[in-house]
Parts: sequence; C-alpha cells; structure tokens
Amino acid sequence: MAQEFWRWEESRWNSPDIDWRKEDVITAGVDVGSVSSQAVIMVDGEIYAYANMRTGSDSPDSARNVMKWALEGTGMTVDDIHYIIGTGYGRVNVPFAHRTITEIACHARGANFMYGPTIKTVLDMGGQDCKAIRVDDKGKVTNFLMNDKCAAGTGRGMEVFAELMGVPIGDVGDISLDIDEEPDPVSSTCVVFAKTEAVGLLRAGWLKNKVLAAYCSAMAHRVYTLLERIGVEKDFGITGGIAKNKGVVKRLEKELGLTALTPKHDTQLAGAIGAALFGKGLVEKSRKAG
Amino acid sequence: MGVAGIDVGARTTKAVIMQNGKIVAKRMIITGIDLNESAEQAFNEALKAGGINRSDISTIVATGMGRKSVSFANEEITEVSAAAKGASFLFPTVKTVIEVGAEEARAVRCESTGKVTDFALNEKCAAGAGSFVEAMARALEIKVEEMAQFSLAAEKSVPMNAQCVVFAESEVVSLVHSKIPKTEIARSVHEAMASRITSMTRRVGVEKDVALVGGIAMNPGFVKCLESALDVQIMLPEEPEYIGALGAAISATV
Repeated sequence: MAQEFWRWEESRWNSPDIDWRKEDVITAGVDVGSVSSQAVIMVDGEIYAYANMRTGSDSPDSARNVMKWALEGTGMTVDDIHYIIGTGYGRVNVPFAHRTITEIACHARGANFMYGPTIKTVLDMGGQDCKAIRVDDKGKVTNFLMNDKCAAGTGRGMEVFAELMGVPIGDVGDISLDIDEEPDPVSSTCVVFAKTEAVGLLRAGWLKNKVLAAYCSAMAHRVYTLLERIGVEKDFGITGGIAKNKGVVKRLEKELGLTALTPKHDTQLAGAIGAALFGKGLVEKSRKAG
Repeated sequence: MGVAGIDVGARTTKAVIMQNGKIVAKRMIITGIDLNESAEQAFNEALKAGGINRSDISTIVATGMGRKSVSFANEEITEVSAAAKGASFLFPTVKTVIEVGAEEARAVRCESTGKVTDFALNEKCAAGAGSFVEAMARALEIKVEEMAQFSLAAEKSVPMNAQCVVFAESEVVSLVHSKIPKTEIARSVHEAMASRITSMTRRVGVEKDVALVGGIAMNPGFVKCLESALDVQIMLPEEPEYIGALGAAISATV
C-alpha cells in the first residue's frame, strides 16, 4: 500500500500512578470531531486516561471505539464512569453520553486547564474548522469567531497539502522551518488553488521545504486575520492538531508579535478535557443537592 | 487578411481565426506548463485546420489568465471584455453574460455592442468554479460528462452542508456510503454551484437576455439548475468554450 502522508499518529495513555477505584469523581469527555475523535477520562479533576484516533465514517462507532481504547487495560468500564459528556461536531452521536456541550465551550474550558487561568485567547485549529475564542480566567467563553466554511486554515487543508507534497504530516512543520530565507506566502487562499500554485512552484524549481514554508506561512496569515478580528489579549494558546505544527505556530507567533503558551498535554485533547471537567462540575453539583 | 483570438485558460487554450467577420477556423488544446508554447500550438493548429498561412493574419489578440505570456500577440484584452464581445457577437440581445471557467467565474453586464458596463468575479474559491463539479464527479466516481445525465435523472436532491471543495468531497463520499443515489447527489452538486453563481450574478443584476459561456454550458444538468435559480431562460452558444477566444478575435477586427 502506498504511504499515506496525511495520516497523523493516533495515541493512547493512562496514568500508572492513579488507582481509580479509590477516587471520588470519575468523568469522561468524548470529542467526536470531523477528522479526529478523543476520549479523556478524569478522576477528581486529573487526567487518568485518554485516546486520540481518526474519526471513521460512522460517528457512534467512532465514539465507542475511542472510548474503548481509552479504557483498554484500566479495568474500568463505561458503567464505572459517573458522568460522560459528548462534544464536537458529532456530539449528538455519542450513544453513551449523559449530555452534550458545544465544542467551543469545551475547548475554552480545556484550554484553561491545559494552559492555566492566565489564558485569555484560545485558537482552536481543528480538522474542518478554526475558532478564535476569548475566555475569562475560569475558562468561560466571552466571545468567539469561527471559520467552518473553507478548508484554508484547517487540519484537513494541511492533510491535503502533506499528501500532495509527499511529506508525512508530522514532519511538515520542521521541514518548513529548514530554510535559508522565508519565501512569500502562497497567494491562493483556496486549498484547491494553492495545490495548483504549489505544483507550479515545484515545476519552477522550488524545493519542498520552501513550498511548505510558503504554505505554512499562508495558513498562519489566514488564522491571524481571524484572531485579529476578535482581538488578541495575552496569554495566548493554541489547541487542536495544528498546534503541533511548528511551521504554522512559529510564523503565527511572529505575525502576532507574541509567543503561544507551551502545552502540557496533547493539544488535540482540549475539547474532551473540557467536557470531562464540565462533567465533574455537574456530578459535584448534583451530589451537593443530594 | 484574417485576425486571431487566443484564450489561454487555466485548463485549456483556445484559438479562433476570423476572416471577413466570420469564424474560419478554431482549435482547443490542453494548457501546458509553458503558456506561450500552448498559445503557439493552439494558434498553429488552428491555422493548419483552416489551411491559412500565418502571414495572412494581421492582428493577434490574447485573453485568458495566461494572456500576458503570449509573446507573439499584438494586444491583450481581459477575460471580462472577451466574454462580453464574444457573447454579444453571437447573441446581439444579450445583456448579462455568465462565464464559468475551470478556476474562475464571472458575471458581466454589457451593451449590445459588447461594451462592458459592470462585472463581478470569483477567482478566490474553487467552489464557485468549474473545478467544483469536476472534483465532485471524482468523489462520485463518475465521469464529468456523466454529471448532467445523472443530475437530470434525479427526482429530488439532498441537502449538502459543505461549501468548500475539500469539505464537499468528504461529504459526497459519506453521502455515497449512506446509500444516497448518485443521481440525487449530482443534482445537489449542480444546485449548490448554481446558487453560488446566482449570488455572484445578482451583484451586477440579472437583465435579459442572459447567456452562459465556458465549458460548463455543455452540462444541461447544471444549466437546468441555474435557470431555475435565476428564474430565466438562458441562451447557450453551440461551442461555449470558444467565446473568450472569439471575443479576442473580434476585438482584433476593429
């Protein structure tokens, strides 16, 4: 089979230090996105286990699969979890969820957990959309803007480009930074036209790293315009898959004139973390109410 | 003496040769990497097809996205102007010309002389150009030529959310997986495209007569959706791909 350059690495993890049976509140967030799905299990507000995989053609199956993978080897079953919240594009298709919350609220809450309460502006670069979110110190959304109409500036756009260039998607960022001089950004916004433009640049003798630099730079500028419209206040952090692409992040930081916070967790987990935290709040509230 | 119009497009290059106000030869080729070479080739093949000597051509006018690369042209005109001139030549009553190319679309308001009074353009987004239909045909695993027949066979359409070509490809694939007939998807693709072309055209105002030019005019499935979205009957040239080159040749005549 031919190598699939767009295919990013799926992952799972669970904490060896936590004995979930001794803990008080167990909640989970399941984020079924258009491109990737995550399940995060939290015990007493700490991440206990997670899984991150590609969304399949069927949302309920994707939700079940990612949850099953997160639980693998932990001895925990879905019934041991006190509260499960579905979020993301496919949130209504999480059969075992107790309720759903929008991904904007969850990403804001998750970013607050990942980056700490100083974060004021979150950029979520997802598979098929991009959101600029302003949050308060509790991780509550105060304003947001979103592009979900156009693949430019989304993970899917980057996948298409990685495939075209024959470069594994995880390497795009580093390769794009391995240049002597920063080229002008690709001038087409549309991914379809940018592909044509890139082929033209390769024919004109540009090396792959330079073409990737031009594309990463165009993508950075694209999301910059979204951030500019909502206004960027420090601290600033990025969630979603593109946060792992240094080629886009570094160029965006340069354009913004500020540095993004360094993530402590896999940036694709933000939505599911936020959902699990909302679940914790709900469990505690209902216990208090008796 | 004769004149020539050469339209170097994103996908194809067309050459039209006119003598005494009549089209005497024409030729279309796939646009290559070297745009000047493509123009040269289309021109030479048209000359050959008409049995005409190059020395018999007094003026050559270039148009299309590659018009600036045609080194042997005497003049160049914009695609907007070429579309208006070409369409008015064939249909003197035309007031609104809609041209859908592979990577661009434009709506042009003009007078019966072919003089442009207003125009709107989409060159930013592939979803509003001919390559949208091509990409969807690929996702449906049918030939572009079959899109019309599939679309016309549909009794209804299905709602499509995605606008972007990249997102619509995934959506079409998942619609196919969920057993929606390809005929209905083809119809939805044309409806979505027609709705985008309609919003662009409304920016300049839709005044009768309306003509559609560019390769997509040969797709009756799309034409039907566009007629219903615009609520007018649309005039269609017999060879809609040549209108730009024709317009260039006409401007070489005067």
